[in-house]
Amino acid sequence: MEKILSVKNLDITFRTNAGNIHAIRGVDFELPLGKTVALVGESGSGKSVTMKAVVGLLDSNAIINSGKIFYGDIDLLTLSKKDLRRTINGQQIAMVFQDPMTSLDPTMTIGEQIMEGMFLHKKISATDARQKAIELLKLVGIMEAEKRMKNYPHQLSGGMRQRVVIAIALSCAPKILICDEPTTALDVTVQARILNLIKEIQAEMNLSVIYITHDLGVVAKVADFVNVMYAGKIIERGTIEEIFYDPRHPYTWGLLSAMPDLETDDERLYSIPGSPPNLLHEPTGDAFAARNKFAMKIDEKAEPPMFKISETHYAATWLLHPDAPKIELPAELKSRLERARKAANYDGTTA
Amino acid sequence: MTEPLLKVENLRQHFKISRNFTVKAVNGVSFEIYPGETYGLVGESGSGKTTIGRSIIRLYDPTDGEIIFNRDKISGELSDKIRRRLRKNMQMIFQDPMSSLNPRKKIGDIIGEGLDIHKLYSSQKERRNIIGEILKKVGLSPAHAERYPQQFSGGQRQRVGIARALVMNPKLIIADECISALDVSIQAQVVNLMKDIQSETKCAYLFIAHDLSMVKYISDRIGVLHKGYLVETGTTQEIFTNPAHPYTQSLLSAVPQPNPAVEKNRKLISYDADKVSYENCTMRQISDSHFVSVPND
Repeated sequence: MEKILSVKNLDITFRTNAGNIHAIRGVDFELPLGKTVALVGESGSGKSVTMKAVVGLLDSNAIINSGKIFYGDIDLLTLSKKDLRRTINGQQIAMVFQDPMTSLDPTMTIGEQIMEGMFLHKKISATDARQKAIELLKLVGIMEAEKRMKNYPHQLSGGMRQRVVIAIALSCAPKILICDEPTTALDVTVQARILNLIKEIQAEMNLSVIYITHDLGVVAKVADFVNVMYAGKIIERGTIEEIFYDPRHPYTWGLLSAMPDLETDDERLYSIPGSPPNLLHEPTGDAFAARNKFAMKIDEKAEPPMFKISETHYAATWLLHPDAPKIELPAELKSRLERARKAANYDGTTA
Repeated sequence: MTEPLLKVENLRQHFKISRNFTVKAVNGVSFEIYPGETYGLVGESGSGKTTIGRSIIRLYDPTDGEIIFNRDKISGELSDKIRRRLRKNMQMIFQDPMSSLNPRKKIGDIIGEGLDIHKLYSSQKERRNIIGEILKKVGLSPAHAERYPQQFSGGQRQRVGIARALVMNPKLIIADECISALDVSIQAQVVNLMKDIQSETKCAYLFIAHDLSMVKYISDRIGVLHKGYLVETGTTQEIFTNPAHPYTQSLLSAVPQPNPAVEKNRKLISYDADKVSYENCTMRQISDSHFVSVPND
């Protein structure tokens, strides 16, 4: 599979008054051309920071210790912010932000906002830009596009605004679309429609899409590949089926079961105790060990490497080491996974 | 059947914004909550679910309608006696644990405030004991009473929020989106805790949320709100297996499911809200517990 973007060994520290926060501790991932990759994790896991590094939007107190981000043959980290803005952002890689209430400029009409990028990046006449903007509004499913061009953001509902944000992101025909929690601020019915819309556009424009989200329901709907992040690292990666039907990392188990499926009855939810570590203090051993009821002695001493489960499926937990004891999955999770596999006719290897 | 703990009859809550503009947030909503059960209230943003919770606990003065709680009429003017009873027996857990705890107060004093007001202890030692016990119950330690809110993580603060509500030993707890501001791995912890507490203290919950899979998991009965009207109410089973109202059907068709195979073949049911006027609808009974709003014709 051809890769359009690959992040290699990214390592980022933030300098703060309280001390250095080692937010990204060696992240590798790849985005295959035309596919959708999800970065899943809780707040503070580093998923947004990773993406901000890709588009050069890191705060000024961030130090990139090491790493490479290849877009084709170009290492984006070697480009100056100015070059990045001129040649990559918007034209090659565009971003849809979380909150459509705050990511639009309230003093500009939505037409002006959609055309702004085109004027900046392309030699295009005002009439052509306008024509293109109207087309984009139609593409994202906004009725009476000509009339809407003159509207201000406050005249639109949340779902409509997010559609406008998507139209802006698409205005310069990017190759990669990064969606940072694109639907968390929206109602479920609107969310479903926006996700479908992004999918349709992806097929139409052959976009490669990265989703940053904590919502596994969203991931299940859109992604081809999933990377689960915890404490600044990717701790499990795999195809969507591998992650949802055959997860191997205890943290992924917890994430999956935190969202009851519609058949979860009176049984308790399998939950992870404690809360994510504070990266102000560098964790020793496995960062997840303190919350892991399956933790072994080695978890406190050494960080687990990525163990290979299949060509596409890797997980960083010592449980996968050949010498590790066989563990029994928590009952609530087991029945849950069985249900999911059955519903999907998934016949992969069992855990 | 037992007597309802809370009976809301035709509740209306309007907010006058200016001389000629009134927001009609809640329009004639009726439902009941029985002792020890969990009633889930779902709906999209702006449907009035938070307003209902706040009207019931009397953070707002209801425009019209009657609320009976624990045999007291708690709508309209409140006498001091009833107000005290209401405040003791009904408590609220708020959405955002970052902003709902006073940063200048110690955890012990935040939790103990209700005890102080209602004089529910005879000595400082007893007060300390009560607070220590409640902290243990929500999974914190008695030593945490001396700390300030900012020393805790989001999940821990929400535990404090639960302890603060629980310490009064209320009969009804209104939980307004109490897990939506928490990280996913913490949500399961808090929901498990709320379930444990309920089986121990037999308190009832009014669980307000937009996350339908969580509402299904925790609720015994569910009410679906849309534009300030209750469009359907029934047991969790009835709502999820046999949704009668087109809005409920469209809402359920959009609930994300953590299963790719299901997710990728899903069909959305669309619902055009502009076509119906709920003003001309009445609730029709389908079964003992299942009611749906239908147009008068």
